[in-house]
Amino acid sequence: MAQTVLHTASSRGGADHGWLKSYHTFSFAGYHNPERVHFGALRVLNDDSVDGGRGFGEHPHDNMEIISIPLSGTLEHKDSMGNVGTIEPGEIQVMSAGTGIYHTEYNKDKDQAVKFLQIWVFPNKRNVEPRYDQVKISVPEKPNTLVQILSPNADDAGVWIHQDAWFNLGKLEKGSQVDYTFHKKGNGAYIFVLEGEILVNDQILSRRDGFGIWDTNQFTVKASSDAEFLIMDVPMEF
Amino acid sequence: MENPTEILVVGTHADILQTVLRLLNAQASWHAEGASGCEEAIAQCKSKAYRILLLGAGLTDLEEERLKTEIKKIHPEIHIIPHYGGGSGLLYTEIHLALGT
Repeated sequence: MAQTVLHTASSRGGADHGWLKSYHTFSFAGYHNPERVHFGALRVLNDDSVDGGRGFGEHPHDNMEIISIPLSGTLEHKDSMGNVGTIEPGEIQVMSAGTGIYHTEYNKDKDQAVKFLQIWVFPNKRNVEPRYDQVKISVPEKPNTLVQILSPNADDAGVWIHQDAWFNLGKLEKGSQVDYTFHKKGNGAYIFVLEGEILVNDQILSRRDGFGIWDTNQFTVKASSDAEFLIMDVPMEF
Repeated sequence: MENPTEILVVGTHADILQTVLRLLNAQASWHAEGASGCEEAIAQCKSKAYRILLLGAGLTDLEEERLKTEIKKIHPEIHIIPHYGGGSGLLYTEIHLALGT
C-alpha cells in the first residue's frame, strides 16, 4: 500500500528578507518544523525570488548535492573552484559541495527578479571532491512526456549527483497523463507542482503544492489543467 | 540564565569551520568551539564535557568512526551528529533535533 504525504503551498515556511523572498517546503535556516525536515534524501526545496541586481554574497557549503533550477530570469554563479556561469530557464545547475566550496549567486538582471528552485539532496558519500556543472535541459521529442534532468550517472541525461536520485520535469496538456515507475526499489518520489493543477493517483495538487509517495512501484500523474511539475525520485533510506 | 549548550565542531576546512562557529555562537543559548582534526577533538573532549559533537567536512570515514568511538568512551551521553551543508541552512535544525527541542 502506497504511503503518501501532502504539503500544500500555503503550509510552507517563509522568509522575507526584502530582496529575497523564499518559501521553504522543509526546515531551513530560521524555519524549523520538526515535522518537516526531509523527504528521504531530499532535504531542501526552496522556492526563491531574488530582486534585480541582488543576491547571495560569498558563503560556504559542504557535504550536500545542491541543484538550482531557474524558473524565470538569469542567475549568476561564481565559486572558489573558478567556475563562473549564468543559468536561465531551460537549464539546470548542480554543485557537489563535498569537502567544501565557497560561492556567490546573484541576479544577473538589474531590473527583474530571478525566480528559481534550490534543491539540496543528501549525498551518498561524505567529503567527495567538490564539483560544479550546468546543462541545458533537453526538449522532449513528444508532448506530454517526462524529461529527465538529473540522475546518479555521468553518462545519462541531465546533470548527475552523488546519490541514487532521478529528477524529471513534466509538462502536460489538460487531460493528458503519464505513468511514472521508480528507478530503484526503496525510493520514493516527491512531486512539486510548478504551474497548473494535477492529480497524482487520486490526490489533487495545485501550484506549488508538494506530495510525497513511497512504498509503491509506480504512480500516475494526470493534468486537470495545462500543468508543469517536477518529480524527485530519491532514496527513502540513505 | 541557564548555561549555554556546549558544542564542539570538528572540521578540516578552516574557513568553513569559522563560519559554522560564528553562526552557532550567534545563538545566546549555544556555545561552540572548534577542532581541526581528530586528535584535537579528542583532547578537547578530555578537558570539557560537550553536549554535542558536530562532524564537519574533511574527515575520512575512518576518522569519523574513530571519533565516534573514542569520544563516546569519554562522554557516553554526547550527541554525535554529522553536519551537512556548511552554513546556516541546516545548522539550527540539526542542533534542535539532536537536543530534542
